[in-house]
Amino acid sequence: MAADKVDPIHQFHIVKLIPINIGGYDLSFTNSALFMVATVAVASAFLYLTTASRSLVPGRLQSVSEMAYEFVSNMLRDAAGTQGLKFFPFVFSLFMFVLVANLLGLFPYFFTVTSHIIVTFGLAALVIGTVVVYGFMKHGLGFLKLFVPHGVPVFLLPLVVLIEVISFVSRPVSLSVRLFANMLAGHITLKVFSGFVVSLSALGAVGVAGSVLPLAMAVALTALELLVAFLQAYVFAVLTCMYLNDALHPGH
Amino acid sequence: MFVTSAFAEESAPAAEGTAGAGAETHAGTAVPGEAHGTFPPFDPATFPSQLLWLAITFGLFYLFLKRVVMPRLGGIIDVRNDRITQDLDHAAKLKGEADAAVAAYEQELAEAKTKANAIGQQANDAAKAEAEIARKKVEAALDKKLGEAEASIASIKANAMKEVGSIAEDTASAIVEALVGGKASKAEIAAAVKSVAR
Repeated sequence: MAADKVDPIHQFHIVKLIPINIGGYDLSFTNSALFMVATVAVASAFLYLTTASRSLVPGRLQSVSEMAYEFVSNMLRDAAGTQGLKFFPFVFSLFMFVLVANLLGLFPYFFTVTSHIIVTFGLAALVIGTVVVYGFMKHGLGFLKLFVPHGVPVFLLPLVVLIEVISFVSRPVSLSVRLFANMLAGHITLKVFSGFVVSLSALGAVGVAGSVLPLAMAVALTALELLVAFLQAYVFAVLTCMYLNDALHPGH
Repeated sequence: MFVTSAFAEESAPAAEGTAGAGAETHAGTAVPGEAHGTFPPFDPATFPSQLLWLAITFGLFYLFLKRVVMPRLGGIIDVRNDRITQDLDHAAKLKGEADAAVAAYEQELAEAKTKANAIGQQANDAAKAEAEIARKKVEAALDKKLGEAEASIASIKANAMKEVGSIAEDTASAIVEALVGGKASKAEIAAAVKSVAR
C-alpha cells in the first residue's frame, strides 16, 4: 500500500467499472467515463441551478455563471468578431467542460479526465474538424487562402505555404498536448510532493519535522494547480476562438 | 525510467486484479489487464472507450448548454441590460423634466420681476404725475393770488397817485393861503402841481 500511495502514475490508471465490449472494441464504462459524467453533471447542475431564480440582481453563484458566460462571449467576440457568436455554445461548452474537468481533478482520489491525451486530442480534433468543415462549407475552396498570406513574393510562396500547412496541421497536436501535459505534469508533481510527506513521516519524529517542507510545497502547488486549471481552460478556449476566426475569415 | 519502475510496482498485484476490477476504484490496488507496461495516458486500449464516452458526455453537455442554459443566461443578461437602459432613459426623462421645471420657474421669476418693475414704474409715474398736477394747481392758485395782490396793489397805487394830486393841490392852496394870504385859483394850483410832479 505504501508503494502504491507514493506511485505518482497510479492516479492515471483507467479502471473498468462496467465492462462493455461491442464489435471487438472495448467501450467499457471506466473511471474516466465516470468523471466525464461527473464533470458534465457538476457543470450542468451548477449552471442550471444557479440561474434558476433568474434574478435581476444576481446572487454570488449566479454572478459566477454570468461571468463565465460573458467571459467566453467577450473572448469569442474579440477573437472572431460578431459572426463568431454562432460558435458561442460550442466554445462555452468546451471552456466549461475543460475547466470543470480540471478543477474536479484537483480533489484527492479524483480522476483527471484532461490528463489523458486521447480526451484532449478528441476535443482538439473536434475544434479543428469544426474549423475545416465550416471553413469549406462557408468559403468553398476559398478556405485554402488561409494557407496563402497576402503580400508574399512569388518565389517565397511555396515555402510560406508549406510552413502555413505545417502550422495548421500541428494545431490539434499543440492544442491537445498543451492541456494534457499541463494537467499530467501538475498532478505528478503534486503526487510526488505528497508522497514525500508520507514516506518522510514514516521515518519517525525527524521525518515528521522534515515533512513540513514538502507539505508546504504541496499546498503551494495546489494553489498553482488551481491557477493552471483555470488558465489551461482559458488558453484552450482562446485558441479555439482564434482557429474559428480562421474558418470565418480565411484571408488574412 | 520512472514509468517502467512505476509499472514494476503496479504489476505485482495486477495478476489478481484483471477480472474483478469492476467494483473497485483507485482505492484498491486493481489495475486493468490492458496496462501492459504502457504509461496509462498513452495506452491505446483505453482510447475507444474514452472517445466514446467523451462524445456521449460532451455531446449531451453541448446540447444541454445550447438548449437550456445559454438561452436562460442570455435572457437574464439581456433583460438586465434592457432594464438598465430603460432605467437610464427614465432617469434622463426625469432629468429633462426637472430641467424644464427649473427653466419654467426661472422664466416665471423673470416675468414676475419685470412685472413688478413695471408696476413700480407705473406707481412711480402716477405719483409723479399727481404731484405735478398738485404742484401746478398750487402754483396756479399762487399765481392767481399774486396777480390779484398785484392788481390790488396797482389799483391802490393808482388811487394813491390820483389822490396825491388833490392832496398836493390842497396842501399847496393851504400853503399859499398861509404864506400869501390870498386865495389862488384852483386851476392855477393844479397846473403848478402838475408841472412839479413831472
